[in-house]
Amino acid sequence: MCLAVPMRIVSIDHGVATIEADGLTQRAGLMLVPEAAVGDFVLVHAGFAITVLDAEEAAEREKLFAELREAEAEAEAEDGDEPGAGLA
Amino acid sequence: MSDPEVPSGAIASDAAALPGGTTAGDRVAALAGELASAAAERGPATYMEVCGTHTMAISRFGLRELFPEAIRLVSGPGCPVCVTATGDLDVAVALARQPQVTLVTFGDLVRVPASRSTLADERAAGADVRVVYSAADAVELAARLPEREVVFVGIGFETTAPTVAAAVLTARDRGLPNFSLLSLHKTMPGALRALLDAEEMAITGFLLPGHVSVITGSDCYRFVAEEYGVGGVVAGFEAEDVLEALLMLARQRTPAIEIGYRRAVHPEGNLVAQRLMAEVFEPCDASWRGLGTIPGSGLRLAPAFRSYAAEERLPVETGETVEPAGCACGTVLRGALDPVDCPLFASRCTPASPVGPCMVSSEGSCAARYRYRDVEGLEAEL
Repeated sequence: MCLAVPMRIVSIDHGVATIEADGLTQRAGLMLVPEAAVGDFVLVHAGFAITVLDAEEAAEREKLFAELREAEAEAEAEDGDEPGAGLA
Repeated sequence: MSDPEVPSGAIASDAAALPGGTTAGDRVAALAGELASAAAERGPATYMEVCGTHTMAISRFGLRELFPEAIRLVSGPGCPVCVTATGDLDVAVALARQPQVTLVTFGDLVRVPASRSTLADERAAGADVRVVYSAADAVELAARLPEREVVFVGIGFETTAPTVAAAVLTARDRGLPNFSLLSLHKTMPGALRALLDAEEMAITGFLLPGHVSVITGSDCYRFVAEEYGVGGVVAGFEAEDVLEALLMLARQRTPAIEIGYRRAVHPEGNLVAQRLMAEVFEPCDASWRGLGTIPGSGLRLAPAFRSYAAEERLPVETGETVEPAGCACGTVLRGALDPVDCPLFASRCTPASPVGPCMVSSEGSCAARYRYRDVEGLEAEL
């Protein structure tokens, strides 16, 4: 019920953001976080962004995702099978 | 509550590899080790989580296996569907039976047994019952179906209540006369006080709800430490977040309220969301399954928005409230009965044929324990 997912704001149109995570996009209302801007990571719950995640944390998260993708690419290049096995 | 539209990878990706070549698994193992030493130093402790999403995460990640013996973690009244009283469900069922009503709510609620049926039963019998992901979808539906009375059944704690407040404001701004709300929203601080006042069990500390606290902040829990001498740590939802919060609790020498989920939670909370809630709602007494009526722990529409209150626009009669026979959900919700010790668990009560709400909702402690019984090594015991 209180599940909320970190997603990044791609664009904003009249108080409704298009948000993205892992290649999936959806829309979220920004009434609860009017300060949110394009590029921010927000936590999304029941169709609304409920907070802007700490910028430092978001940067760390991005770095983490980048390293993860790199590690995955390396793993795939090495053995060519089971991509993402390192995620377990 | 199931959230079918949540991208499945979004949570797992959080707990993946960490910089410096360490993996989440390494960090979890390291935290579990630190927790074992802190718990050994401190002695036996009982912690309670009060958030259905924590309940699910703890079972999903198999965290109980990692806890030292000195630590007992019980689930409290953190699943909104589960704490909704049967009498309130009866009102929702009665509303769904009105021929002019399109009843709209969040997923799991439709399968929870009311006194004589579920909303799903009513739908099968011809009622117009729909499930949405967001209260905003219910407002859209009201705009699309001007000839119908669209009633949104709002359940959820402080995480969800502001999103519903936003939807009510949108309905007002769009001048939709056919939208109304049955507000069954509840707030967490009163439930914590009720649990502590009941003194049914000695709680050493609370794992405080991460996303409720995004909205409320952590200051609203200070009374827990100051008046009751019980600690609390606001926790996030990754395996590491939960272990870190337990470690913070185990290391507390003086009970205090701390934040472990610092990337999302601030002591003062989301002030915009709090203002919106205060504009649209006012506190009222609310009936909780297992805890009874808790003064000021509910949210009803404020006087300026009473014209959107479903119970006033569409008054309905409900019969006598009948609780499910043999169901111990109330005791489970107080943390006083481990779901696996309920005589009905996995015998007469399963997710396919649930007797009580804690087995219906994916966040219910019974459903979580049942679903992940192999992860938790329960299979052999059943």
